[in-house]
Amino acid sequence: MTEEIIIAGFGGQGVLSMGKILAYSGIMQDQEVSWFPAYGPEMRGGTANVTVIVSDERISSPTLTAYDTAIILNQQSMDKFEDTVKPGGVLIYDPNGISKHPTRTDINIFTIEGAKIAAEMGNTKIFNMVVLGGYLSVKPIVKLENVILGLKKSLHERYHKLIPLNEDAITMGMKNVEKLN
Amino acid sequence: MSEINIQDIIKPENLVYEKTKLMTDKTLSYCPGCGHGTTHRLMMEVIEELGQENDTIGVAPVGCSVLAYEFMNVDMQEAAHGRAPAVATGIKRLWPDKVVFTYQGDGDLAAIGTAETIHACNRGEQIVIIFINNGIYGMTGGQMAPTTLPGMKTSTSPYGREIESMGNPLKITELIAQLPGTYYVTRHSVQTPAAARKAKRAIKKAFQNQIDGKPGLSFVEVVSNCNSGWKMDPVQSNTWMEENMFPYYQLGDIKVDGKLL
Amino acid sequence: MGELKLMKGNEALAEAAIRAGVDGYFGYPITPQSEVIEYLMAEKPHERTGMVVLQAESEVASINMLYGGGGTGKKVMTSSSSPGISLMQEGLSYMAGGEIPCVVANIVRGGPGLGDIQPAQSDYFQSVKGGGHGDYRLPVLAPASVQEMSDFVPIAYDLAFKYRTPVLIVSDGLIGQMMEKVELFDQMPRLTDEEINEKYPWATNGKPVGKEKRVLTSLDLDPHKLEKHNFKLQAKYKKIEEEEVQFELIDCEDADYIIVAYGSSSRIAQKTVQLAREEGIKVGLLRPITLWPFPKKPIDDLVVKGVKGFLSVEMSAGQMVEDVKLTVRERTKVEHFGRYGGVIHSPEEVLDALKSKIIGG
Repeated sequence: MTEEIIIAGFGGQGVLSMGKILAYSGIMQDQEVSWFPAYGPEMRGGTANVTVIVSDERISSPTLTAYDTAIILNQQSMDKFEDTVKPGGVLIYDPNGISKHPTRTDINIFTIEGAKIAAEMGNTKIFNMVVLGGYLSVKPIVKLENVILGLKKSLHERYHKLIPLNEDAITMGMKNVEKLN
Repeated sequence: MSEINIQDIIKPENLVYEKTKLMTDKTLSYCPGCGHGTTHRLMMEVIEELGQENDTIGVAPVGCSVLAYEFMNVDMQEAAHGRAPAVATGIKRLWPDKVVFTYQGDGDLAAIGTAETIHACNRGEQIVIIFINNGIYGMTGGQMAPTTLPGMKTSTSPYGREIESMGNPLKITELIAQLPGTYYVTRHSVQTPAAARKAKRAIKKAFQNQIDGKPGLSFVEVVSNCNSGWKMDPVQSNTWMEENMFPYYQLGDIKVDGKLL
Repeated sequence: MGELKLMKGNEALAEAAIRAGVDGYFGYPITPQSEVIEYLMAEKPHERTGMVVLQAESEVASINMLYGGGGTGKKVMTSSSSPGISLMQEGLSYMAGGEIPCVVANIVRGGPGLGDIQPAQSDYFQSVKGGGHGDYRLPVLAPASVQEMSDFVPIAYDLAFKYRTPVLIVSDGLIGQMMEKVELFDQMPRLTDEEINEKYPWATNGKPVGKEKRVLTSLDLDPHKLEKHNFKLQAKYKKIEEEEVQFELIDCEDADYIIVAYGSSSRIAQKTVQLAREEGIKVGLLRPITLWPFPKKPIDDLVVKGVKGFLSVEMSAGQMVEDVKLTVRERTKVEHFGRYGGVIHSPEEVLDALKSKIIGG
């Protein structure tokens, strides 16, 4: 199994940390992982993206031009990455703030109301975990228990009390992902 | 009267002066009358008197004293031009119990190495810097230094240093004395026995500060002559130094025990 | 099995420095490698091992702090990125001349000049041909993963002290910024002062009682003596060339065509090999691990075996390709492909280049 993912949105949405937790989850179940962010001036404009690869085999190129899955969290990223999803692949996006919705018919498109759900749950910071939950229900590449272990590894100990909230957010995301086409 | 033979003279009870064993027997490469040799000797006497022969690491510069490591009989490193304070920082940070010094001229310390000098001083590295200021680049044949006096002729200011186009002589010693990282800053000369004795006391204080772990860097400037670069004989050059260099680079303590005077 | 962590390449390098028993790190921030000194400062290695970390005023000062510290027999390290490494060339030349060991990591970015902060491999010439003034070479290790960013640190120190030379670890912004799984090696002890004195009699850390003083210098004004010193250095470099070459061969046994690539490019090229083989094109990958000494023999062996062409894939305008050509000596085709200026080539682009420049060309 090899899953090649791009996660893209605004800085501050937790794009990089979502990727990190996913990568850590892969490690927890003995898989190979890579996490490569766009860094530098690309970040300054407010957008952030990260390429995450989780695989049973040694990972070759950590940068890619086509992805199995794109997780899209703003319009700029939609414009940039819709075309990079491999035919038959998956595009998951939060419709909040999206004006031009994806039009491709050769891929599987899902929405997850991450921002809305996080607000309803009373903590906008768990937005990225709702989205991660949505992704994991579509592509269960890592087990939830390993995601929790990954969270423990990537969060500082003083935030470990927030792990149950993050778990709830992932579960809510899993329940609320909707297939569009 | 019977003839005195040499064996009657070389007796321990007749000894009035002995070269410190921390100076090697290598013939000094300095011009006759130059202050470098005297300053070397004073430093090595101090290190010997303080019992630091086996615990001292010196850093030599690029300039006339580039070969200081051949004359000073302690462990030595030869640094790139101007970098001695950084080299000394690397040594002292990893061997905090050792005595570390740099020996630098004006071109090395106050031109190409200004950044290294100021930042080592500003960090308060617990090292000693001995700074020989003779207002000229001696080794390379008498070019203008950052400390060359206004109007002074050198091979790159053949009509005299013109302040408007060549800038002002840099009083780096006063400058680094302003930094909280320096603990002892003083200026001396070695052209007379009395001056040399005073300079030696200052050098000893500087090394003693380091041995005692005083907070900050000890910096001793020695205003010196360069008879060949200045195109004078040694006596003339010392007179010229007293009449021209000393009014601009005034001798004496600038900062003692961390306090500006 | 050691501790497993998800780390950036830069962080793995920093953690490995602590674990390898490094005594002092002196550095100056520059993107894309500032995480190295940031990690070290946050980790407080002084409390863990006694390691000193100091932010210098410049790369010039950093490398000269290495000169001083390395000259006393301590393990010293710095890291920087291309423009900063250019500033260090003076110090590296002096250290090569004075035979002072140290490890310097270059997380290469696009150039020339200020360039950009994206990954590049355009410092190959500077790394393998000397870099500063004078006749010298430095062993150069090129990690291709975060794991190797950690693993190569102790290897670099073994080389540095075995041969009394600075050693370069040449990586780039891709591996520096990327996170991967890394198995950290166990803490190695720092040498005690007594051990240093015993192992390194050349180290200038205070003249031993009753013995001659030690001097570290790169200066000798007598040309005949300096020539003799150079002979000694050249003999050392010859020995390194004979004994320290490291490389990796992937899918080369049956290969008709060989991609030569190191570091990040070798990762991308590995994907190209997969894509090519899916199309039935037999491609192999030769990855130099030591850029100097360059793996000439395995290339020569492949030429003798009859491969039909070599494609040197580098994020540069074509630097390593010169060493490949020097080895192949026109017995078969050698071409270069690479994006540069901070652009990373895609596996597909590399495959296209292989087809157009080597197979069809």
